Amino acid sequence: MIALDISIKNKCYGNSDAVVLKDINFSVKPGEFVAIIGPSGCGKSTLLNMLCGLEESSEQKLLCNGKAINGDELHKLGYIFQQPRLMPWLTVQENLQLVLPLSQHEQIDDLLTQVGLSGKGGYFPKQLSGGMQRRVAIARAFAVNPELILLDEPFNSLDAPTAAKLRLLLVKLCQNRGSTVIFVTHDLSEAVYLADRIIFMSNTPTSIIHQIKVNLTKPRQEAGSKELAWQAKLMDEHPKILAGKTN
Amino acid sequence: MLIILALTWQTAAWFINSADFPSLLNVIDSFIYHVNQGDMLANISITLGRVFISFIIAMTLGVIIGIIMGCSDKVNELSDTLLIIALNIPALVTILLCYIWLGLVESAAITAVVINKIPTVVVMIREGARVVDQDLLAVAKVYKLSPRITFFKVFLPQIYPYIMASARAGLSLIWKIVLVVELLGRSDGVGFALNTLFQFFDIAGILAYTFAFIAVVLVIEALVFRPLDKLTSRGMNHDSA
Repeated sequence: MIALDISIKNKCYGNSDAVVLKDINFSVKPGEFVAIIGPSGCGKSTLLNMLCGLEESSEQKLLCNGKAINGDELHKLGYIFQQPRLMPWLTVQENLQLVLPLSQHEQIDDLLTQVGLSGKGGYFPKQLSGGMQRRVAIARAFAVNPELILLDEPFNSLDAPTAAKLRLLLVKLCQNRGSTVIFVTHDLSEAVYLADRIIFMSNTPTSIIHQIKVNLTKPRQEAGSKELAWQAKLMDEHPKILAGKTN
Repeated sequence: MLIILALTWQTAAWFINSADFPSLLNVIDSFIYHVNQGDMLANISITLGRVFISFIIAMTLGVIIGIIMGCSDKVNELSDTLLIIALNIPALVTILLCYIWLGLVESAAITAVVINKIPTVVVMIREGARVVDQDLLAVAKVYKLSPRITFFKVFLPQIYPYIMASARAGLSLIWKIVLVVELLGRSDGVGFALNTLFQFFDIAGILAYTFAFIAVVLVIEALVFRPLDKLTSRGMNHDSA
């Protein structure tokens, strides 16, 4: 498990001067599940991409267990993107083999069973439903025994029952593995259900408005009475944060 | 369809009744004659050898150059004008220059064919490399795949359709150019045989050779390209669940 200290002074969009992230500073404890909520286009995905080295800024500092690293130096990393991003020409099994060393290929069947895709290893992604493809993407992320998992609105565009099943699967896998998780979403109830802490972000140039600990015991219930009450109280106390505005 | 075409031809030849328009039966007779003489199989194998060598060299170089140009804006900018020039040099000019500079030798023939084919391969592969899905490459980067695995398992499969399209177009173009090369400067091969038949106004012989070579290309399509097509498009043609 790893702890992260993230500090981004300034991140511009592409080669332009438009600042997308400004003065983002937060820490993530080992095994903590942190949700990041912010308005569309505020740079949540950019933030995740910077953490894994897909995007860079000269004005960022990333400390992993106290040691300064670049995003691409995080080795045991799982990333579940908004779209499953499976290689369409590879079977489910081959998609998982792709990220694993040869010596660990035998664990694939077990992984597929864990995500409810037992017997589907020989299928191509196009032969699977959207929900099943997400399951494969989740299996791929957990296949590498990740110390850190990044999730970028992974249940977007799924129907509600499928999304609920996948959230439950994610909770189980995270409990078993104890990975540190950074989860980007725009859905507050999803964040309340999953996260230990929620970070609220503003509109661009994006900065952190609030960090709120979700002090509800686990396991939680999706749309349970306690969870809904906590969410309602949060919205009463901080009516503007969900719109990305400071109080 | 082929039967209708054959019947139409045979009927037209019967009506026209001229040596310049031989009947299908005459062409078949000529085919059997040249096969029995042994020259047809020998010439076709020689031409096929030239086609094969030129095809392999042109495809290999074309794919490499196309990928580099498609992936690097700088290289593309520097080479684009050269590519346009290469695309527009008439095949005949390249063939003549190769024969003049290198002599009437096998290597000149192969070089001429390769030079003619490379630019068209480059153009197609460059377009393929330009539209490679960056999201899938991001997956490779996040999961720290080696450059070799990223290239062969993530990048290359995305340009397989472009490689197959240029290979198909390439084969048909290459064998036509090889015939011209043989006609102009070789003493064997289908091109040379066609030239000889032309000098005797043996239209039936010319058509017999042409159909024999087309048949060979159709066999190559069925035995090589179709299985390759199936292999390279695996996973892409299934209906969504």
